[in-house]
Amino acid sequence: MSGATTRSYTVRLELVDEPGELLRALEPIADNGGNLLSIFHERGNLTPRGHIPVEVDLEATEAQFEVIVDALRDAGVNVIQAGAERYSEELTVVLVGHLVETDLSDTLRRFTDCGGVSVADVSLSAPAGTEGPSSARLRLVATEGQSDDALATVRTVADEKDLRVVEPLMEGSA
Amino acid sequence: MKLAILGSGAVGTSVIELAGDYGHDVVAVADSSTGAVDETGLDAEAVLSRKRERGTVGDGTPADVLAADYEALIEATPTTLGDAEPGFSHVERALERDRHVVLANKGPVAERYDDVRALEADSAGTVLFEAAVGGAIPVLSSIGDLNGQVTAARGVLNGTANFILSRMAAEGLGYEHVLAEAQDLGVAEADPTFDVEGIDAALKCVILANVLYEDTYALEDAEIEGIDDLPGSALELAAEDGRTIRLIGEVADGDVRVGPRLVPENGTLAVSGTLNIVQLETKNAGRLNISGRGAGGPETASAVLADVGRLPSPE
Repeated sequence: MSGATTRSYTVRLELVDEPGELLRALEPIADNGGNLLSIFHERGNLTPRGHIPVEVDLEATEAQFEVIVDALRDAGVNVIQAGAERYSEELTVVLVGHLVETDLSDTLRRFTDCGGVSVADVSLSAPAGTEGPSSARLRLVATEGQSDDALATVRTVADEKDLRVVEPLMEGSA
Repeated sequence: MKLAILGSGAVGTSVIELAGDYGHDVVAVADSSTGAVDETGLDAEAVLSRKRERGTVGDGTPADVLAADYEALIEATPTTLGDAEPGFSHVERALERDRHVVLANKGPVAERYDDVRALEADSAGTVLFEAAVGGAIPVLSSIGDLNGQVTAARGVLNGTANFILSRMAAEGLGYEHVLAEAQDLGVAEADPTFDVEGIDAALKCVILANVLYEDTYALEDAEIEGIDDLPGSALELAAEDGRTIRLIGEVADGDVRVGPRLVPENGTLAVSGTLNIVQLETKNAGRLNISGRGAGGPETASAVLADVGRLPSPE
């Protein structure tokens, strides 16, 4: 059954900023048996060609994945990168500080720019509005063995922006 | 065994009170300015009531106590940083006289571990300090019994910080509010710096590192982050995901770190209130968890007296 083993893949796409584009990009994945894990849709951040970068994590067999990438290209979706990075380690961190003032989307982008990490989920709590300190919980998905590097990146960026990081206890959570 | 007790705070007075139950005689007691010595054994109740009523333990001086004919010195003066004085000099004086030392004071073994060990090597006396880490919890004796098998230690080592975080999580209250409540309850001191900035937990972790690695760690070798100013929203977000935040100390791979960490809400390390927990990773025995009261007079005194019982007995 080794040929049918499901793995996690990451696909980086470029979308034109028009209604329905994201759906058009996701359909070939679902239609060909891929299981969507997460979508990181960086609205507000443009590629050099003026398009919106989107990072999609999905699970599929190797054969399905090839079909999916072909189907995306057939559908006119620009696939920048498609790889069998095994995104398998999840870690949750809480950031505290002036998250909005220090540009949360830039913060998130810098986490993912270091490679090997994607932001699967963000939850923001800003009880004092955008002016005061706020907290955000992030679920990061890192390539196997990259959790430590991911945390190091989080620490560096947070340090620069004077944000506090509440890290997960990596062991001992039994 | 004949005991001399330095320090008449919560721990010192509890040792005076309980020593008799363990079959020991208290022959000398000092607080910061006075001392009492009776080599046939002091009357615990008389010393304690004098301390309560007059604020002194006797008509003598602390120097008389240091010079008394005791077998083990109980050092329970307040922990100080840097040169760890005057605790360190007390240890030195006792070891030079070939007497045993039992520390509740963290300073000497956190800040000057190699100096203490060097003095001990030249002395017929032994130094033990179970009470300095985790109060009533038998952490150091467990590590000793495991004969070098312990590879890492982590846990909740400050009851005040743990109380504040568990109350914030349970009640959705802010840090300042819960701190004030803790101060009213006597759980936090008027100046909570040592506890909420992680210094107290870090001192305990430094001691653990000294014992685990038989090396010379001091407070400056620890990476420390406190819980002060942690907003309630951080705990709320953690809770939405089935987690909570605890001030966790970690000693692993030669590093000492203390800081707020996300842990599973119902996990082993998420003890509530003022409880402490220590988790040991071992080579052959897997993971061990020991939880209990990390502070308090009788609790800490029980660890002191357990150490006294471990001292090599005279011929």
